[in-house]
Amino acid sequence: MVTAARTPLEERLLELAGTVPDPELPMVTLRELGIVRDVRMSAPGRVQVEITPTYTGCPAVEAMSSDIEELLHAEGVAEVTVRTVLAPAWSTDDITAEGRRKLAESGIAPPRPQPADGPIPLTLAVRCPHCGSTETELLSRFSSTACKALRRCVSCREPFDHFKEL
Amino acid sequence: MTPTPETTTGAPATATAAAAGAPATATTAALALGDDALVLSHRLAEWAGHAPVLEEEVALANIALDLLGQARVLLSMARDEDELAYLREERAFTNLQLVEQPNGDFAHTIARQLLFSTYQRFLYEALAGDPVFGPLAAKAVKEVAYHQDHAEQWTLRLGDGTDESHRRMQRGLDALWRYSGEMFRPVAGLEAVNWQELEARWLASVNAVIERATLTVPEGPRHGAWAAGAGRQGLHTEPFGRMLAEMQHLHRSHPGASW
Repeated sequence: MVTAARTPLEERLLELAGTVPDPELPMVTLRELGIVRDVRMSAPGRVQVEITPTYTGCPAVEAMSSDIEELLHAEGVAEVTVRTVLAPAWSTDDITAEGRRKLAESGIAPPRPQPADGPIPLTLAVRCPHCGSTETELLSRFSSTACKALRRCVSCREPFDHFKEL
Repeated sequence: MTPTPETTTGAPATATAAAAGAPATATTAALALGDDALVLSHRLAEWAGHAPVLEEEVALANIALDLLGQARVLLSMARDEDELAYLREERAFTNLQLVEQPNGDFAHTIARQLLFSTYQRFLYEALAGDPVFGPLAAKAVKEVAYHQDHAEQWTLRLGDGTDESHRRMQRGLDALWRYSGEMFRPVAGLEAVNWQELEARWLASVNAVIERATLTVPEGPRHGAWAAGAGRQGLHTEPFGRMLAEMQHLHRSHPGASW
């Protein structure tokens, strides 16, 4: 793993790559989801980007890669390679506070923080993104994409997606 | 070094087993685990359009997708993923016989899922610190925890449900039990795994779920009498050939075609 500090140019390209919207959740960016890990320049005009999938089988990875390539090409980088890395494993804790806010605003309940090692704390309620009630129930562990579960609000009766903890 | 354009976009993650300086047995292990994930993924995908309720349509497809993602990573560690999936003959596949068993009814599929997800979760946990398989195992174990939970909840619901659902859930477990012993035959290249401990953990977990579901732990043998060596040695049950024919048909009919 490369640990040397990024150059100012690499920092700028990293930030730029992070502005790509998620293909399946376009209200949040790849940076807000914690998907873009690193950008390194191996030679002038030659850049390697590291991304990590939310789920191993996430079908959006190819779209993300080509979106990043297109954006960096437009920025004048001649050669862009997007590499997928698995370790350390992505976690819903990698989603930024801003990302969580945007998910909730779009009707998707954000993931709860992961319990640290040790005893699992009292279950935190999943709040209904429509009416704010904490009285919600699980309908299915699997929903419209791999990363979401389907729940229903007991108060307002609306079903909603929940970005499930991983 | 000549600056040739690289095209790793879309290719699954991680270094190859060879590049990681791993012994050749790592390739054998990558194929075994990759074939398990690929074959079960295909079986689950056969439910598309046939699941009993919409939520399960979505759930089974999601689980299939997770397994397909794992299969792509694992097979790519060995060789070209498409070549391995679409151009090998039946005898070259080293998946467990359990995962190739036809779907049957929903209870039968849930029984298969319970036996396999419990195994896969404990196996990946054991591999989480492995230098070759650790990156995938540490990530995928979190996905598989959801698969196992899904299978357990359905086992409880069907077993402790109506007389008919109870009967079918028991029938599924009884039919698949003979394929469960094969999972604990040591796989070369997975030296981090203590197979006896894995089996003991699996038995304790699965038996507890079966009992909570008011079902009976099957009494039959956990190996078929004729199945020595079985799937890991490339010996498969009759339905597997037909599954492969369907899975490979398009690719073989149109070599090199793309969308």
